[in-house]
Amino acid sequence: MITLSHYLVLSAILFAISVAGIFLNRKNIIVLLMAIELMLLAVNMNFIAFSQFSGDLHGQVFVFFILTVAAAESAIGLAILVVLFRNLKTINVDDIGTLKG
Amino acid sequence: MSVSIPNMNFLLAAPEIFLLIMTCVIMLVDLYSSAEKREGRLLFLSIFTLLVFTMRLAVDSYYEPNVFARYAFNGMFVVDGMAVILKAAIAIAVAMVIIYSRAYLVARNMFTGEFILLILFATLGMMIMVSANHFVTLYLGLELLALSSYAMVALNRDSVTSSEAAMKYFILGALASGLLLYGLSMVYGATGSLDVAKVAKVIDYSRANDPLVTFGLVFVVAGLAFKLGVVPFHMWVPDVYHGAPTPMTLFIGSAPKIAAFGFIMRILADSMGGAVADWQDMLVILAALSLALGNIIAIAQTNLKRMLAYSTISHMGFLLLGILAGTKNGYSSGMFYIITYVLMTLAAFGMIMLLSRAGFEADNLDDFKGLNQRSPWYAFLMLIVMFSMAGIPPFLGFWAKLAVLEGALNAGYTWLVVFAVLMSVIGAFYYLRIVKLMYFDEPTDNSPIVAAAGFRGLLATNALALLVLGLFPGLLMTACLNAIQRSL
Repeated sequence: MITLSHYLVLSAILFAISVAGIFLNRKNIIVLLMAIELMLLAVNMNFIAFSQFSGDLHGQVFVFFILTVAAAESAIGLAILVVLFRNLKTINVDDIGTLKG
Repeated sequence: MSVSIPNMNFLLAAPEIFLLIMTCVIMLVDLYSSAEKREGRLLFLSIFTLLVFTMRLAVDSYYEPNVFARYAFNGMFVVDGMAVILKAAIAIAVAMVIIYSRAYLVARNMFTGEFILLILFATLGMMIMVSANHFVTLYLGLELLALSSYAMVALNRDSVTSSEAAMKYFILGALASGLLLYGLSMVYGATGSLDVAKVAKVIDYSRANDPLVTFGLVFVVAGLAFKLGVVPFHMWVPDVYHGAPTPMTLFIGSAPKIAAFGFIMRILADSMGGAVADWQDMLVILAALSLALGNIIAIAQTNLKRMLAYSTISHMGFLLLGILAGTKNGYSSGMFYIITYVLMTLAAFGMIMLLSRAGFEADNLDDFKGLNQRSPWYAFLMLIVMFSMAGIPPFLGFWAKLAVLEGALNAGYTWLVVFAVLMSVIGAFYYLRIVKLMYFDEPTDNSPIVAAAGFRGLLATNALALLVLGLFPGLLMTACLNAIQRSL
């Protein structure tokens, strides 16, 4: 029997992977964008699990909004990435560091 | 089967609907205008929209002055005293940003439809944030503001620093939204509702000590701290302030802070007021760290925009002192502080844009050397702004600091108040250094200062308002107190 806590643990693991992906990633900005998407999916998993186990539909409706916003967010993120690549000719995280102090 | 008619109450959201329609109209006007007419039309229409918006709020609160809170869209949208004052402050601040930015952007060929549209969509997001009464509306308002801001920072496409700042802002902003949502999902799990009022009811009666609420609260506070830019979630603030074009920095540093305050009030005070003991301790740590780090690192900066970024971090620490009190007096002092802060920031960045001209950025401290010899009037205005930021009486900044310190003192955090005062003494050093540069150093650059009459008038009004409101601090303070009394 799969219980609520199984879902919560799974979403916590996904969330932890995505946070680790943002902070440990030293290679590539596209991986960062993927980590951000994963984080929102972890949140969605939480909402759906809670919604299902408490019999309240609002959480599932919220998930639709989060998915839509996540799509808009990655569109903007990729657009900024293209601008950055045109200027720097690289998407390596380590090469981005003109602003310091 | 009976069907209940949903209580939509569209009229209550009329100002926001008007703002949305006008933004779409401006989009079309931008499309069909010739190049020489575009600038004037965009400027007129955007300022007109924001002024009508403010007037509508003023008329509404004049005819119904004693109403506590009115709800629209089945309780997802609320108009109360706090929302009205914050919305009026946001609309006025955005109008000032547009007027200050005009000459700067025109000189750099950046006064385009995109700039105005992004600012107006962000404004709409901010209005939704302060009026939201449901986690879905709160989130949508926040994202509308955030997505417009990311694009705005990257608007100067050929600049390496701008695109880098936009990338950093985007990644940390998206991370903050993720943390916030994760926290909200926990709160949803514990309370079974997304409605602010229902969540508040459940937490008040039964779940104040539920570990799920406390766990969610950690993530919610971390997400809010990211958006506000307080230590240890401040990494993006200096880079974005420094890297973005000055008008975008001015925008990001001003109106969104008011919206963030409203957002924090809706989440922490309105919906999780029952768990005040839990978030109070978290805010104490954030406030103490921000006050220390913001003020100390600001001393080492040579770039004025970067220095103002660290000063923002310390100001946000002061704001938290008011909020963490968890009382109506504390909240209203926080509201007073944030409005004062935005007035000061607008004036400080207005001065940077005044001294900048085509091909030259006056964003280094040295650019202010000997300003008194170039123009005693502008040096005097900058003096007012710096004294107010440092918190020297009788300027408005002093009363704002006094109010939040009083709030923290009443909440029993004497050590934190002493610490905050010590830190603001350190902070006074870097504000007064600018005054010293203006009055006692020789100018390195003697080019005349030119600005349009509207710009000069607005800058003078803005800086003198800090003095005049500081002489009568009761005006703004009472308005904030009344607004909070009629909201919670």
